[in-house]
Amino acid sequence: MDLPLYWVALIGFAIINFFLVSASVLVYYERKVSGWIQNRPGPNRVGPWGFLQPFADVAKLIFKEDISPTASSPFIHSLAPVLMVTIAMTTAALIPFARGFVIVDTEVSALLVLALTSIAVYGVTLAGWSSNSKFSLLGGLRSSAQMISYELAMGLSVLTVVLITGSLRLVDIVEYQNGPGAWGILGWNVFRAPIAALIFIVTAFAETNRAPFDLPEAEQELVGGYHTEYSGMKFGMFFLAEYVNFFVASFVIVTLFFGGYLLPWEDALLSALPGLKDSVLLGVLQVLSLLLKAAFFAFVFIWVRWTLPRFKYQQLMTLGWKMLLPIALANVVLYALFFTFKALLGWGG
Amino acid sequence: MLASFIPLFLQILMAAGLAYTLLIAAKKLGPKRPNAVKTMAYESGMDPVGTARDRYSVKFYLVAMIFIVFDVEVVFLYPWAVTFREFLTRSPQLGLFVLGVVGVFLAVLTLGLVYDIKKGGLEF
Repeated sequence: MDLPLYWVALIGFAIINFFLVSASVLVYYERKVSGWIQNRPGPNRVGPWGFLQPFADVAKLIFKEDISPTASSPFIHSLAPVLMVTIAMTTAALIPFARGFVIVDTEVSALLVLALTSIAVYGVTLAGWSSNSKFSLLGGLRSSAQMISYELAMGLSVLTVVLITGSLRLVDIVEYQNGPGAWGILGWNVFRAPIAALIFIVTAFAETNRAPFDLPEAEQELVGGYHTEYSGMKFGMFFLAEYVNFFVASFVIVTLFFGGYLLPWEDALLSALPGLKDSVLLGVLQVLSLLLKAAFFAFVFIWVRWTLPRFKYQQLMTLGWKMLLPIALANVVLYALFFTFKALLGWGG
Repeated sequence: MLASFIPLFLQILMAAGLAYTLLIAAKKLGPKRPNAVKTMAYESGMDPVGTARDRYSVKFYLVAMIFIVFDVEVVFLYPWAVTFREFLTRSPQLGLFVLGVVGVFLAVLTLGLVYDIKKGGLEF
């Protein structure tokens, strides 16, 4: 995008604010959905239908005392939440929101997403270590082992997508999924590589530390895990980063596997309504379609959390190393063989 | 080429600015009434026993080491994945050769993973 730099900065600022507000809305959404699932009303006191509850919570957290434990390392103790929030908000800027509407458009965006999410491991590990408390340390260790284990399967499932589309640019990956005419949504990568899509969604749960992979903060055994020793807004920052992370993860799932900002049957729609092409309305519709798809996956994240019980640690490691990693590896080899035979035998285009 | 990364650095700066603002807000706005018990490490209400900077299970190091090996493997595979279908459209025979080279690389690493699993390096 060839915009002047101050416009890029302005849009980036707007996106940071959008994700700040969306984190609050997601907290409300999660509490309401969990309420429905457990047959209770959920938050319903602050504002109409309890809608202002998360904003009240933020105000409360800001005015709480910021406790720094005597045994902790103060600098790293403060650095960890800053790192988490920074990484979460930066990853958000890599997502293409509509055709021609992406802030950070590089040739290697898909790789950058993986790189940035792996820096989040440092945030969790540093938080656990610097608190100098046994619960925090155990939570941090478990979390770093879990996140690096699932990163491999995640990288390999993205590799399958890269193999199919031949590009690491997220915009190219989205445009590649645009199926012609009536084939519409069948061009989405989820239909081209269903196993990779499934592995990516499972690993996205593990990378964002969401249930059933929430061992780092297993309340029943580790109190709060890596953020046991955090209070006030520093705790709030971990909370914010968690919600932004899982919303961004839903966006990345949609971008890689579910057609990103593309409308379903976009080609057919455009040939039926030629006036729509290159119009502002199309851009708005694309943003809406991306948001709807991402909201659906955010709902899946919440749904799974309130339905499935937590793994045991050894089950988690077995799943990551002995099942997901070999399956993802075999999947890549399978697609490479398929493309080679296709070229050798001269099938298709 | 490098110019396309400038918005990324801008975004990192703004995101860090937000995080820093929240941190300062946390420091300035809240009350400050620390006492010895409040700032003690939390251990279910009892006085902390010993230190948390203790030795921990060697399994975590093993996982980290195996991770490095496979992560580097995945990174090596990305350039191959980007260009593989181009090779195939240019000449299927050349593509087959490229696949063979990558196949040997993958086979060696898969053998390593099988060896590690058989040796019990990933038992918890």
